[in-house]
Amino acid sequence: MLLADCMIVYKSPNEIKKIRVSGALVAQTLKLLFDNIKPGITTIELDKMAEDFIRSQKAEPSFKGYNGFPGSICVSIDDEVVHGIPSKRVIEDGQVVSIDVGVYKDGYHGDSAWTTTVGKVSDEIEKQLKVGEECLWRGIEKARVGSQLGDIGHAIQSHAEKNGYSVVRDLVGHGVGRRLHEDPQVPHYGKPHTGLVLRPGLVIAIEPMINAGVYQVRILNDNWTIVTGDGRNSVHYEHTIAVSENGPVILTE
Amino acid sequence: MTKEDAIEVEGRVVEPLPNAMFRVELDNGHQVLAHISGKMRMNFIKILPGDKVTLELSPYDLNRGRITYRHK
Repeated sequence: MLLADCMIVYKSPNEIKKIRVSGALVAQTLKLLFDNIKPGITTIELDKMAEDFIRSQKAEPSFKGYNGFPGSICVSIDDEVVHGIPSKRVIEDGQVVSIDVGVYKDGYHGDSAWTTTVGKVSDEIEKQLKVGEECLWRGIEKARVGSQLGDIGHAIQSHAEKNGYSVVRDLVGHGVGRRLHEDPQVPHYGKPHTGLVLRPGLVIAIEPMINAGVYQVRILNDNWTIVTGDGRNSVHYEHTIAVSENGPVILTE
Repeated sequence: MTKEDAIEVEGRVVEPLPNAMFRVELDNGHQVLAHISGKMRMNFIKILPGDKVTLELSPYDLNRGRITYRHK
């Protein structure tokens, strides 16, 4: 664990309010995209739709240009875990599509991702999406004052593995604020009662990536797209949340 | 986001600061502010100016580090 206690920026209620504004735009963008996703649409069309909407709200897509990322959103299909670059790829019936959106407004970022299916899919796939979403909620549930980062990871990992899935380890959740990615890193696996103790004002993105097969991933030649090691499907659910005395507060809805 | 591991570097302690912090000069001449790892604190490993130490830098903030080892 690197410098877990050293560089964390705890947010004031006013800062959290600003992250919530960005987060609400993220949620609206995701809704817009999921309302429009259908077989035949290309991922770059979704990207354009998202960028136009975000800019119309006097905000910026956080991902555009982040470390050179070319898109405004990440669209990851089937075995793609995250960081899929929008392209002319056509979305087809039966696919599993994860969309990750970040919005920057008034100095603060919001970050959220969700997975959907297009057209008809097998029960097996439906179950993976259901468990993936449950993993996120179980992680969020643990994001309380006094609990620890390891508790979040453990809740996610145990739920995923109990259902026969695996949790990606090479990608982690993160602090969110003035920068898109801040300390601490938030692994989606771990041991209970270990790691950073959560305090009010901590704002983190919890973003479990749940694979049908192995947890290992690899990166494609485009240097962005992460795919599962065995080519089986992956789902991705993410919310930005604030830790508060009254429990976890979801900022991206 | 992609998991980032700490960057390990070596340096020499220049001066102790309050709160168990130290100013450390890295082999490349760069000076960073470093605190000592919990494990070293538990074992009462004393760090004096001039000691050679290993520290971890965060990829986010290269001006701060965490001392993980004092060389004999």
